[in-house]
Amino acid sequence: MALLEVKNLKTSFFTDAGEVRAVNDVSFSLERGKILGIVGESGSGKSVTAYSIMQILAGTGRIVSGSIKLDGQELVGAGESVMKEVRGNRVSIIFQDPMTSLNPTYTIGQQLMEAILLHTDRDKKQSWDRAVEMLRLVNVNEPEKRMKQYPHEFSGGMRQRVMIAMALACEPDILIADEPTTALDVTIQAGILELMKDIQKQIGMAIIMITHDLGVVAQLCDEVIVMYAGGICEQGTAEEIFYNPCHEYTKGLLRSIPTADENGEKLQPISGTPIDLLNMPKGCPFAPRCDNAMKICMRERCEIMQINEKHMAACWMNVRKAVKGE
Amino acid sequence: MTTANKSEQPLIEVRNLKQYFYINTGFFKSTPLKAVDDISFTIREGETLGLVGESGCGKTTAGRTILHLYKPTAGEIIYRGKSIRTPKDVEKFRTKATMVFQDPYSSLDPRMTVADIIGEPLDVHHMYKTQEERRQKILELMDHVGLNSEHAARYAHEFSGGQRQRVGIARSLAVDPDFIVCDEPVSALDVSIQAQVINMFDELQDQLGLTYLFIAHDLLVVRHISDRIAVMYLGRMVELADADEIYNRPLHPYTKALISAVPVPDPNVARANKRIALTGEIPSPLSAPSGCPFHTRCPYAKPICSESMPPFKEVEKDRFVACHRVEEINS
Repeated sequence: MALLEVKNLKTSFFTDAGEVRAVNDVSFSLERGKILGIVGESGSGKSVTAYSIMQILAGTGRIVSGSIKLDGQELVGAGESVMKEVRGNRVSIIFQDPMTSLNPTYTIGQQLMEAILLHTDRDKKQSWDRAVEMLRLVNVNEPEKRMKQYPHEFSGGMRQRVMIAMALACEPDILIADEPTTALDVTIQAGILELMKDIQKQIGMAIIMITHDLGVVAQLCDEVIVMYAGGICEQGTAEEIFYNPCHEYTKGLLRSIPTADENGEKLQPISGTPIDLLNMPKGCPFAPRCDNAMKICMRERCEIMQINEKHMAACWMNVRKAVKGE
Repeated sequence: MTTANKSEQPLIEVRNLKQYFYINTGFFKSTPLKAVDDISFTIREGETLGLVGESGCGKTTAGRTILHLYKPTAGEIIYRGKSIRTPKDVEKFRTKATMVFQDPYSSLDPRMTVADIIGEPLDVHHMYKTQEERRQKILELMDHVGLNSEHAARYAHEFSGGQRQRVGIARSLAVDPDFIVCDEPVSALDVSIQAQVINMFDELQDQLGLTYLFIAHDLLVVRHISDRIAVMYLGRMVELADADEIYNRPLHPYTKALISAVPVPDPNVARANKRIALTGEIPSPLSAPSGCPFHTRCPYAKPICSESMPPFKEVEKDRFVACHRVEEINS
């Protein structure tokens, strides 16, 4: 059984301007010990998917339908007491901005120990030891001294290490990382990504890595989900997604970014502007920007279909290929 | 890209430029924050010079100081052989050198229409005789950056990030400049929009013969657009070379680390890459280390590195590196 199973998840925000379908029929599963990357642009629904799993949506947001099963246990509609058990304990999250996600008025030690005291039977002394151990795990020098310091005494990269330590303190089964390195410099980012990979190997938890950076995905992830306008375009192993993309959006994305073997050729941008979630087209949400859009793309949204055992995509082009035997 | 078709004529020469900000560190006491500390380089006519480095390295300050948005603490900016000194020089220089800002959300006045935003530089520099001439010029600029004439009467908030950045670019083109400082012009944009804007910079350069100083932290983007790349660390320039050369064969230890840390969007390459790990953090520019600013994190550091500042010297043709041990570590 998969560790996490998300089925037909729909999450909407009910705003004055109307219902915004931020996550629209998303299904995927996550095995133990795997790193899953969710990529997409702003507004693609990648963060909201994660927040739905944690059920930490903003006031106007609500899971409309679908199911989220953690180790077979249904979380949708499970109630706050169950979710309190899940959050921090079995599923942890680290946020993008390490500058604002720590409380400036408490020491690092107090904040680290809070989670441990809350979720485990450790007493204060044991929690302190555990916190120090976690700081050591994330390569913070002189952890005993650092425990007594406040967040402002830490650099951005160090704060993100503290956030990771905090998220891992209760040995969660799943770590959700929401753009954990976007606010950091590239040399610091490389260090954090390596750290996450190392710890993942040591502890064996699963990671959901949410990012817009295809480079980060290529470096870290076993499996990849590409999202656009609230839905999944394509999912598969990293090799399949990068070397055999089967959705026009993924193909466009890969063509539009500069690569390592630069040859002076022009980038091929995706035309048009990002989608307005309040004004979703009837058919495939990417059709208005797609160079190869066909009549059916405008009329009907393509179901996600199996390409091979490691790869699924929701694009009519694949149907056309199959029918025409190309 | 190659530099073959570009001229070798310097358009801008930067000589020993310093920009210090004085920070109060106590009563009647202030310490200089050396944001840019003695950098010298030239920008050739028609080229794109990429300027990279991590946050706080002084790349943005360098760009702004070159345009005299800050008064340089010391040093000279020479435009077409003439040093910019007096306020009059500066005013004249600003009709030839402009800037595109990073954040397309905060760099456009929300109370002005797009036409007025683009036309403002024309007003400031009195660059038209009749209103009709002004209007024509604005429409022409909007056409250059791919905006419709019907957008002229709209406000910035009605546009997406990519379109706003087009407005910002049109504004920078208004005075017919030949030099534009682009300060992280695509980093606030979505991935699928970045390529549109990058290509536009390319096309405008071809059409109008522009010269760019392209400041960014995304090395793959900088490498794509630049002819040459300069790398800064803690207010100093550490390496300057041809874009492909610097990417494929970095000579300075910091450049090596920086390039090895680039997340390449290709799983096989990314996983095969050996990253050069840097220990420690970037020191505070308020208390920069003695000698080479990088010696505290450099895997090759020797005693000499903490004693004296390495000169920024030409080690190969068109290739400048500031490192005492550059020959040893690359042989």
